[in-house]
Amino acid sequence: MSEANVTETAPPASRRDSLRTEEMLLNMGPQHPSTHGVLRLVVRTDGEMVRESWPQIGFLHRCFEKIAESLPYAQALPYADRMDYLGSVNNGLAFCLGVEKLGAIEVSERAAHLRVIAAELNRIASHLIAFGTYALDLGAFTPFIYGFREREMAVSILEKLSGGRLLYHYPRIGGVANDLTPEIASDIRAFLVQMRKVWPEYNALLSDNQIFVKRTANVGVVTREQAIAWGFTGPCLRASGVRFDLRKDQPYSLYERFAFDVPIGEGTKGTTGDCWDRYWVRMVEILESCRIVEQALDGIPEGPVLTKVPRVLKLPKGEVYVPCENPRGELGFYIVSDGDPKALRIKSRGPSFCNLSIVNEICRDVLLADVVAILGSIDIVLGEVDR
Amino acid sequence: MNPREIHTLLKERFGEAVRDWTEPEVGDSSLDLDSGSLHDVCVLLRDDSALRFDFLRLVSAVDRTDRIECVYHLWSYELAHSAALRVELDRSDPRVASLSDVWPTAEWHEREAYDMMGVVFENHPHLHRILLPEDWEGYPLRKDYVAPREYNGLTNE
Repeated sequence: MSEANVTETAPPASRRDSLRTEEMLLNMGPQHPSTHGVLRLVVRTDGEMVRESWPQIGFLHRCFEKIAESLPYAQALPYADRMDYLGSVNNGLAFCLGVEKLGAIEVSERAAHLRVIAAELNRIASHLIAFGTYALDLGAFTPFIYGFREREMAVSILEKLSGGRLLYHYPRIGGVANDLTPEIASDIRAFLVQMRKVWPEYNALLSDNQIFVKRTANVGVVTREQAIAWGFTGPCLRASGVRFDLRKDQPYSLYERFAFDVPIGEGTKGTTGDCWDRYWVRMVEILESCRIVEQALDGIPEGPVLTKVPRVLKLPKGEVYVPCENPRGELGFYIVSDGDPKALRIKSRGPSFCNLSIVNEICRDVLLADVVAILGSIDIVLGEVDR
Repeated sequence: MNPREIHTLLKERFGEAVRDWTEPEVGDSSLDLDSGSLHDVCVLLRDDSALRFDFLRLVSAVDRTDRIECVYHLWSYELAHSAALRVELDRSDPRVASLSDVWPTAEWHEREAYDMMGVVFENHPHLHRILLPEDWEGYPLRKDYVAPREYNGLTNE
């Protein structure tokens, strides 16, 4: 976009001080390494201080909603997988749950357990990337390598389960694609042992690191009221002190059977709802996900993994919205059907999109370096912001 | 409260502006409203002590070819209940009040509905396209939308 366009989209600067240095309009992105994808942030700076920051999105827009209207449900599913490419299983699961609810399609218990196992492994893998890239944003390279070491194990397991390493297309309408084998089960157990063993190392490396704490504690504080009003969900919402997790509060896919805690931000290193809290909630969730995977693996019953679904699946006339807890927050598909094999409308509510909308609210009158810390702590995936 | 009880409560307050209840055969129910009353209803939904809808989950615009519908999914963290509101808009000039002063999260959702479906949200602080470039023509999620062959000298042929 041209310079003229920038001034047109960004409202006039707030002029709070009388002693101002020269204001500058800066573009962070669209290729800035700390933007986790193709995000452009227009920031109005006054020296080192950022007065306003306007996210400009859409660079990764792939018309998911339009494509989903033109394909049968089963064929739209892989596109849903590709929205948030770090939480692929969770995305596919949310889409399947929506279709299954409207179509009253039963899923076997074994399939539901496998979905939980895959979804939680994917959540751990996603949080490990969040851990690694957040440190990278703030100038620490080593934790990234640590995070990717364990993530590799989780990804290999998902590869054995589904055949893919990043985009799994594992949950299918009516169940899951493949069954668990004893070999995969023992891989998962080995992974859980390893993950729990190295988790304290992560904390020694980063969570309690003085420099890291100074960069994140008391930075980018989002109050409980702000978090709710701006539609924060997932770890970001919980970091602001709201104990809400769809897996607990609106359980789906048998989550009500598993014992796990929902961590919230408590201002341990600074203020509740700061960047460190958002980071920490994800770290604790890794352990909670390990607990869930373990229970699901212990309790998995025998049975089929895929219910037979008609080749041409026609959903009855009606509509449904099913929310699901993705690694980044509430992901839901609002599906409107008029009885055709294709949906009349599929609207996706993505957590990254909504979590990002708060940026201008909290990136006001902060240091330029803190903008990077704040953006990283929200943990967005631009593929799902733009869809 | 279940959606039926919320409907009864709203009907008492707003009378004719709230359409009669229809029980869906499958899937979710919704509260159908006159588009003019949407803003007032939402302020009540947010502030009333028995309702306390503090979270707007999403705003979806649906093209039904003869009309455009806007659907709002709400959730209350305090009371753990949900509701969906629906307004029907004139397809040739879809206009409805913006809810961004009730729930700030509506700001981006409404920009997306404007961008993709051409719904104009009145009193929105910053109603611009969000995913598409500002000079894009047409509203891609409308059923009669024809994708352009060319954009600023770039062709897809």
